[in-house]
Amino acid sequence: MLRSRTRLSIGDHTLKILALTMAVLVLTLMIFIAWQMIAASKLSIAKFGWSFITSKIWDPNLKEQFGALPFIYGTLVTSLLALILAVPTGLGLAIFLNEMAPSSIKTVVSFLAELLAAIPSVVYGLWGIFVLAPWLQNTAEPLLNHMFGSLPLFQGPPLGVGLLAGGLILAIMILPTIAAISRDVMAAVPNTQREAALALGATRWEMIRTAVISHAKSGIVGSIMLGLGRALGETMAVTMVIGNSSYIHTSFFALANTLASVIANEFTEATYPLYRSSLVEIGLILFGISLIFNTLARLLVWSVSRNTKGGHVV
Amino acid sequence: MLAKLAKRNKVLIGALALLAIVMTIAVSGCGSTGTNTGNSVGTASGKQVMLNGAGSTFDLPLFTKMFAEYPKVNPNINVNYQGVGSGAGIQQLSDMTIDFGASDAPMKDEQMAAAKGGKILHIPITLGAVAIAYNVPGVPKKIKIAPDVLADIFLGKIKNWNDPRIAADNPGVKFPDLAINTAHRSDGSGTNYIVTTYLSSISPEWKEKIGSGTSVNWPGGVGGKGNPGVAQAIQQTPGTIGYIELAYAIQNNITYAQMKNKDGKWVSPSLEGASESAAGATIPDDMRVMIVNAPGEKVYPISGFSWVLLYQHQKDKTKGKALVELLKWMVHDGQNYSESLDYAKLPQSMVGRIDKMLGTVTYGS
Repeated sequence: MLRSRTRLSIGDHTLKILALTMAVLVLTLMIFIAWQMIAASKLSIAKFGWSFITSKIWDPNLKEQFGALPFIYGTLVTSLLALILAVPTGLGLAIFLNEMAPSSIKTVVSFLAELLAAIPSVVYGLWGIFVLAPWLQNTAEPLLNHMFGSLPLFQGPPLGVGLLAGGLILAIMILPTIAAISRDVMAAVPNTQREAALALGATRWEMIRTAVISHAKSGIVGSIMLGLGRALGETMAVTMVIGNSSYIHTSFFALANTLASVIANEFTEATYPLYRSSLVEIGLILFGISLIFNTLARLLVWSVSRNTKGGHVV
Repeated sequence: MLAKLAKRNKVLIGALALLAIVMTIAVSGCGSTGTNTGNSVGTASGKQVMLNGAGSTFDLPLFTKMFAEYPKVNPNINVNYQGVGSGAGIQQLSDMTIDFGASDAPMKDEQMAAAKGGKILHIPITLGAVAIAYNVPGVPKKIKIAPDVLADIFLGKIKNWNDPRIAADNPGVKFPDLAINTAHRSDGSGTNYIVTTYLSSISPEWKEKIGSGTSVNWPGGVGGKGNPGVAQAIQQTPGTIGYIELAYAIQNNITYAQMKNKDGKWVSPSLEGASESAAGATIPDDMRVMIVNAPGEKVYPISGFSWVLLYQHQKDKTKGKALVELLKWMVHDGQNYSESLDYAKLPQSMVGRIDKMLGTVTYGS
């Protein structure tokens, strides 16, 4: 008895040290990456300063002038478009699977939804080029233009590739993340809560809204943020369908470029130090945007979860 | 109960410890990658040499074939080549982490000055040509596009296929009322360099506004990743015109245009036309030159060299000698593998000059 107790305390001690090492390792890695990126982008930071973020001109050749605004715009628009499409779908799917579906359907559908997450992004990109873009060009974009053509968002020639294609691909890619995690946090809501709501005379929708969603709120926000994180950084699939044009246009049909895709496109042939440094600074901006969104998510989770208990993700 | 718990803990700790060891190895391993430049290993039968190269992706299929064949000629030399892109190849050679580089654009003076191992030689190794491809319903193959018309299309000044300037060179062809959409390579590439150098050579406006480079600030149009990306963009939207590496265009049966060369003759892109460019152009002694729009009747004007890059002074004598031997084979017998893979052969007139250049390589510390 005594022997096993000493062993246990040695075990506890070792575990503590190991866990702490891992935590410090991750933290060090983060700081190291940030420091490296700042160091490597020093040249372009010194040369362009804040105008790097506000300038629309990206000319690596003649003027050797670099501005990231078109890429920041492209990244934000495609990611937000993806969220607008994927959040209602993902939450709807999660609610359906958790609260309504019979268990046989539940198993099949949730398996298929999670399978979406396992498809490599280059496959999404190929599908985007060969299936999604032609469909957008021939069917969806003319229809949208016909219905909402008075809005500048839906004007211009339908090319298939562009912001809309990028947003749609991202929506499909982040859907399983949002659906799977919000389903898990909803499943973590105790059944007594549901029973209590129903006992008080709530309809099914009222029960879901008051007992399930409000309980799982912080976890749902967390799932959305994880989805957004993936959307912001996704490279391959977006590069293949976005049209890679360094200009800002208001239309969803327009060609654009994202921070991640410009790095993927140009890094291998970035032949002089300032060019390379500017591309690293693009990475730094992407890092910064992710950081800002994660901080906002933390604050949001914190503010919604002060009074409730439930599953947490972030 | 407690003993059982302790036992479970032990397993957990064991697993964590293992994980920690694995991670430590992984992290410490990171530091040493990229410095492995290959070693000369002495064997009983003779010296085995491993040469490492990196760079141009355009050269990759040709080099793969050549480097698979070469050990049959000289079993002591093995070559490892990574198609990481011309820019990355130049960078790695400049940092001396590889034995030779390969690039579709000549190095700039600043890049030459930044190289750590001294003077770099440019050895032309093969030639590429770029085809102007289009998708216009109802229009036959091989329409004629004059140089100034091409520049104005890419500058966005000619906006419709029914423009009289296009029709002027193509009597008898009925062009539809269809908006012109342009497509270009979004990824930095030697193909971009050849095309933008060509456009700069024929259009002062292009030269002044856009210039030539592996990535330029395109005035508009769809950017596709790689040859397949551009081909797809052309195929997908009727009215699109773009440019594609000749080998890719031939292998995928893509519709391309005839161009007018400096001698005023209309020519289709061909391997022969690319070789003729090299024969017709004036090539300086250091071989760092773009040969677009060269004089000569059979010249296809949108062509360019791809170079192997190496230091003139080879510190490792064994490896240096092996590298020069390899390069000599590549410009002589190795050229026979070009045409079956849709690469243009170096013209005979250049081979002697290249041999002479390789003769200037010095060895030893």
